[in-house]
Amino acid sequence: MAWTRDQMAARAASELQDGFYVNLGIGIPTLVANHIPPGISVQLHSENGMMGVGPFPYEGDEDADLINAGKQTVTELPTTSYFDSATSFGMVRGGHIDISILGALQVAENGDLANWMIPGKMVKGMGGAMDLVAGVPRVVVLMEHTAKGAPKILKSCDLPLTGKGVVGMIVTDMAVFQVDKAKTPSLTLIDKPDDVTVDQIRAATEADFTVDPAVGS
Amino acid sequence: MRKVFSSATAAMAGVLRDGMTILSGGFGLCGVPMALIAAIRESGVQNLTFVSNNAGIDGAGLGILLESRQIKKMVSSYVGENATFARQFLAGELEIEFNPQGTLAERIRAGGAGIPAFFTATGYGTAVAEGKETREFDGKHYVMERGIVGDLAIVHAWKGDPEGNLIYRKTARNFNPIMATAAKMTIAEVEQLVEPGCIDGDHVITPGIFVQRIVAIEHADKRIEQRTVRQRA
Repeated sequence: MAWTRDQMAARAASELQDGFYVNLGIGIPTLVANHIPPGISVQLHSENGMMGVGPFPYEGDEDADLINAGKQTVTELPTTSYFDSATSFGMVRGGHIDISILGALQVAENGDLANWMIPGKMVKGMGGAMDLVAGVPRVVVLMEHTAKGAPKILKSCDLPLTGKGVVGMIVTDMAVFQVDKAKTPSLTLIDKPDDVTVDQIRAATEADFTVDPAVGS
Repeated sequence: MRKVFSSATAAMAGVLRDGMTILSGGFGLCGVPMALIAAIRESGVQNLTFVSNNAGIDGAGLGILLESRQIKKMVSSYVGENATFARQFLAGELEIEFNPQGTLAERIRAGGAGIPAFFTATGYGTAVAEGKETREFDGKHYVMERGIVGDLAIVHAWKGDPEGNLIYRKTARNFNPIMATAAKMTIAEVEQLVEPGCIDGDHVITPGIFVQRIVAIEHADKRIEQRTVRQRA
């Protein structure tokens, strides 16, 4: 069995370190907040202008002035701070956010990422995704391994790019890859669910990769 | 100089003209100057360019100016959740310039601070960089982006004083403070207009120099786009 969405989120959460400032994208990455390892304290950043995002409010406590980047109602913590959107992206662009965990439509073996538009469909916009992948030093993609059976980890992206050579790690329901552009191939399989085989991963992945010796077959 | 006006409509007097560029604060439906947007709709002014992170939703925020077809062009980072927008865009009636959210914010900040252009790594190697100057600094590639200056900025604040000093509440701050700096005229709607001295100078977020007109709104039209809650244990 491949990993569930929660297991994927937990695997991505294991990349967090104590003291990290963290940006989580919408979709599966949001679940990472529920799997922060014990003993580790992180602050969650929301692009609209908030550091220290708390959990969803109890019913009746929703505040229209307190939302996250997905426009969802959230709560504040004793450590929360608020700032304008230019300061918020100064944190992103200036490399002050330690890690960004976000979804993707396609990832290429050179670290290229496509996650904002599909030609021919109504384009909604890139929001803060291009800023995050260009500015945050560690970018982790958290996504399903395939889309309707088609590989999403490719030799090169055919959808319009969000960022060029920006992805450092890919976590899917079938595999965890480290991306290192200095290596050939640049993808290394470093983790997988016990009951998914390397052959199954190869069949579902267009990009070439090597297998870390610590990973079973 | 008297900055305080009695209503949103009064505050717009002599300001609006067809074809102008208006910067609007707000993120989603949070911290959006709803009363000032309603006054713009009421004026009937046409062919507007709006610089705003989002375009409202059907029936709220800038959505009401899309419905009345007063907007010609949007400069935004994300415009989902708006059927009117999609319909007008697909019919070729509405122009959209997508900017990455941080690039949009910095373009406005730069415009307000007198900086005509800057370099950012955001968008390098993507469609956003097409037709723009790029440069390499210290081995990394950057795209040149221009500062934005508008004819009018409209912002929503929590409290303001007659000098125009503003403070905001929680994430309703968002784009409002930068929009306030980047136009020839800034009009602020405030939930509470307080006496001078009631806002501690140390707590002012937008100094009054950036605000030319201010109006108190009686009942702020606050809406929640995505109501998410947790169960009580």
